[in-house]
Amino acid sequence: MPATLDPTRADPASCPAPTADTVCAHCGLPVPRGLIEPGADQQFCCNGCRTVHRLIRDNGLASFYNLRDHAAASVKPAQVTGRRYDEFADPKFVDLYCRDAPNGLKTVDFVLEGVHCAACLWLIERLPRIAAGVIEARLALGASTARITWDPAAVTLPQIARTLDSLGYPPHPLRDRAGQDVRTREDRRYMILTAIAGACAGNAMLLAFALYAGMFGGIEEEFRQLFRWVSVFIGVVSLAVPGRVFFRGAWAAIRARTPNLDLPIALALGAGGVAGVVNVAVGRGEIYFDSLTVLVFLLLIGRWVQHRQQRRAADAVELLFSLTPSCARRVEPDGQVRETPIEAIEEGDVVEVRPGDAAPADGRVVEGASCVRQSLLTGESRPVEVGPGEPLFAGTINLQSVLRVRVSRTGRDTRVGRLMQLVEQGARDKAPIVRLTDRIGGWFVMTVIAFATVTFAAWATRGVGLAVDHAVALLIVACPCALGMTTPLAMAIAIGRAARRDILIKGGDVLERLARPGVIVLDKTGTITAGRTRLVHWFGDASLQTTVAAVERGCSHHIARACVEAFEDAWNHDPVEADAVAAHPEGGVSATVGGRRIKIGSPRWVEASEGAAPWLDDARKVCDDESLTLVLVAVDGAVQAGMAFGDAIRDDAADAVARLRRDGWEVTVLSGDDPALTAAAAARVGIDPAQSRGAQTPEDKLGRINAMTRDGGHVVMVGDGVNDAAALAAASVGIAVHGGAEASLAAADVYLDQPGLMPIVDLVETARRAMRLIRRNLAVSLAYNALAVGLAAAGLITPLAAAILMPLSSFTLLAMTLGAPSPETRHVDPLHRPAPGRGARGHRG
Amino acid sequence: MSILYIVLPLAVVLAVIAVSAFCWAVRRGQFDDLDSPAWRMLDDDDTTRG
Repeated sequence: MPATLDPTRADPASCPAPTADTVCAHCGLPVPRGLIEPGADQQFCCNGCRTVHRLIRDNGLASFYNLRDHAAASVKPAQVTGRRYDEFADPKFVDLYCRDAPNGLKTVDFVLEGVHCAACLWLIERLPRIAAGVIEARLALGASTARITWDPAAVTLPQIARTLDSLGYPPHPLRDRAGQDVRTREDRRYMILTAIAGACAGNAMLLAFALYAGMFGGIEEEFRQLFRWVSVFIGVVSLAVPGRVFFRGAWAAIRARTPNLDLPIALALGAGGVAGVVNVAVGRGEIYFDSLTVLVFLLLIGRWVQHRQQRRAADAVELLFSLTPSCARRVEPDGQVRETPIEAIEEGDVVEVRPGDAAPADGRVVEGASCVRQSLLTGESRPVEVGPGEPLFAGTINLQSVLRVRVSRTGRDTRVGRLMQLVEQGARDKAPIVRLTDRIGGWFVMTVIAFATVTFAAWATRGVGLAVDHAVALLIVACPCALGMTTPLAMAIAIGRAARRDILIKGGDVLERLARPGVIVLDKTGTITAGRTRLVHWFGDASLQTTVAAVERGCSHHIARACVEAFEDAWNHDPVEADAVAAHPEGGVSATVGGRRIKIGSPRWVEASEGAAPWLDDARKVCDDESLTLVLVAVDGAVQAGMAFGDAIRDDAADAVARLRRDGWEVTVLSGDDPALTAAAAARVGIDPAQSRGAQTPEDKLGRINAMTRDGGHVVMVGDGVNDAAALAAASVGIAVHGGAEASLAAADVYLDQPGLMPIVDLVETARRAMRLIRRNLAVSLAYNALAVGLAAAGLITPLAAAILMPLSSFTLLAMTLGAPSPETRHVDPLHRPAPGRGARGHRG
Repeated sequence: MSILYIVLPLAVVLAVIAVSAFCWAVRRGQFDDLDSPAWRMLDDDDTTRG
C-alpha cells in the first residue's frame, strides 16, 4: 500500500529538530540547519529577515527588538516581496486611493501585511525617520491599516511603499475606504445615541427615586410636580432622540407589512410616553419615564454590541479584499515592463503574467507557453496548457512560466465580469426569511393589544381614567424588551466566538438559517479538494525525497513546484546539491546528485530506459482510481520511487461530511469538473455519487440552487470559485471557503478564513447553540410577560412594580445569555493554520 | 427646599455638558481604534507628530 504523505507534516525522523540555540535574530524562529552561517554572531532564518534586521539597525531603531520581546507576540519570518510598486505612482491609482491633505500634502490608507504586535506599531510610526518626506504614519493595530501622510515634493509613493515592504510590511491600498468611512460613521452614531440614552436613563432614575420616596414618605405637591416635569423633559428627549430608532423600525414594519420586534417595543414606548406627558400636564396619574428610559438604553446597548461584531467581520472581509493583488504588469511600447493598476489596463495593451499571478484581463497569449489553473473560473481541477494564440481569461492563475497576453476585454466585459452580473441576479433571487424574533414581534403586538382592550373594557365601568391607566400599564410591562436586548447580544456573542476561530459571519440571520438542518451543496474543486496540485502519495524509497527536492528546485514546472513544496523542510535540514540539471521536453528532468544519475519524469519517459519496479502496478491502479498523475524517480538506471500528484481531497472533508450528515444535513455535490471525477471525489468523502452532479456551468449552479430554494428548501451552498459566486448569493446561506476567489468572498454570507471543511461543522454548531439560547430566552421572557400582563390586568401594576419587574427580567435574561456555557475550544492543529500573514489579521479575537 | 429649583436644572445642565463632551470625543474619532493608543503612550523617546 502506498504511504499517504501530507507535505505539511514532515516525518520527524527525516528532519532533525533544530537546536534551540540557533534562532533568527529578527523573528526568533529556529534557523534551518542548512542556513546557519558558521562564525556569524547573528543568524537569520531567511533573506527577508536579514534585510529587515539590517535596515532597522542602520536607522538606529534597534529598540524595536526590546519592545517586541516585552509584547511577547507570536512572530513570523519577515516577508519582503521586493516589488517596485511602480503602479502606486500611476495617475489612476492616485485618483482612486489618495486624498489631498492641507499644505499640499497627501494621504493614503494602506493595509499592511505582517503586522502582529505593539512593536510593529512602534516601528511603522517611526516611518518618517526612515523615509524622508513622510510626515506622519498612524497605524490602527487591530485592523492593520496605516494612514500615511507625505509630502509629494519630497518623496514618491512607490518609494514609501518600497520602504514599508523592506521592513517586512508589504502595503496594499485599502480598497473600500468609502465603505469603511460609512461603517465608522454608523458606529459613532450608535455610540452617541447610546450615550444620550444612558444619560437620560440615569437622570430619570434619580428623579424616580425621589418620587418613590415621596410616595411613601410624603412630598410637597409643588416639588412633586417639579420632579414630574423634569422627568417628562428627560423622558421625551430619550424617546425622541435615541428612541427614534425603534419608532423608525416599527414604521418600516408597518409599511412593509411584515412584523418585527420593533413594533411591540414602539407600541410600549409610544403609549407610555403619551400617557406620561398627558398625566403630568393634568397633574394626576402615573408616569413611567424611569422604566421607558432604561428600556431605550438597554435595547440600544444590545444593538450596538451586535453592530460592532458584524462590523468587525465585515472589516475583516474587506481587508482580505485589499490584499488581493490590484496591479498588472504592462509591457510598454519601449519593451519595458511597468506595474500598472488593473483599472488602467485597456484593450489592446500587452500584459505580462508571471508564474503565480492571476491574469488581469481576458486576452490572447502572444508570447510564451505555460500551464494555467482555471479552477476558480470553471471548476476544472486539472491545469490547462496554453500557448501563443490561445485565449486566457481574467482570474486564471499562471503556474509555470512567463506569458505575454494581448488584452481583448477588461473589467465588467471579461468572463469574470459577466459572472459577477450573474451574482447580482443570484442575490435578487434570494428568498427572504422572517426572523424568529420578528415573527414573535407580530404575534406579540396582536396579543398585547387584545389584552389591553379587554383590560380597558373590564375597568371601564369603574371610570375611564382608571381604565386608561391600567391599559397603558399593561402595554408598557408587556413590552418584550428583555428579548429585544438579549437577542442581538446572543447573536453578537456567537459571531464573536466564530471570529475567534477564523469564521467570519456577515450577519446575524445567517445563524438562524444554519440552526435548522437542510441541504448542504458542496463545490468539488477547491472546496472538497484543496484546489491545487500537490503530492498525494509517495511510493518506494523515502530517503530519496531530499534528492528529488534538490533536482526539482531548479525547475519551473508546476509538478516540480509541488515537489519542492512537499520536501522543502526535509531539504532545508539536509541540503544536497544537484548538478547537470537538464529538462527534457519529452517528459522529465535528469541530473546528478552525489555522483548518482537521477531521472524524474513521466512513466513512459523514465521506464523507457530504466525498467520496472514491483510496486508499479499498485501505483498505476491507485493513480487511475483517484485520477492522479504518476511521476517516477530512477536512480542509476533503476526505478526506485514514485510520486502521485493531483488535486487532493482535503484531510478533514470525509470527517466533516460524516458529522454534518449525523446532524441531519443532506450533503450533495455540484461541480464544474468532469462528472466522473466529481462522482469519484464525492464517493471518497462519503457522499452517494448519485447525489453529485458534474459539468455544471455557473448558470446551471444558480438554476439548481434556485430550484431547491423555490421548493421551500433550506439550502446552504459552500464554494470557492467565481463559478460558485452566483449560487452562493442565491442560497439561503452562502459559505466561501479559505483560498477562494474574491467574487465568492463578496457573494457569500460567511467566509472561512481557515482551510478545510471542519469549520462548517463548527459554524453549524455555533448557530445551533445561539438559537437554542435565543429560544430559551424567549421562554423566560414570555413567562415574565405573562406574569406582568396578569398583574396589569388585575390593576396591580404601579410604576414602582414596573420599574422593578422590567429590569429584573432584563437582567435575568442577560445573565442567562452571558453565562451560557461556551463550547470547549476545538483543538486546532497548528500545522493547519493559514499561512503566515493571513488569518491573524483583521480580527482580533 | 426651593433650592431644588436651581439644583435640579443645574443637574440637567451638567448631564448635557457630559454628554456633549462625549459626543465631541466620539466625533473626533477617539473611540475608533481602542488598541493602538494604549501602546502608543508607552513610546517615550521621540514624537512623530508633525
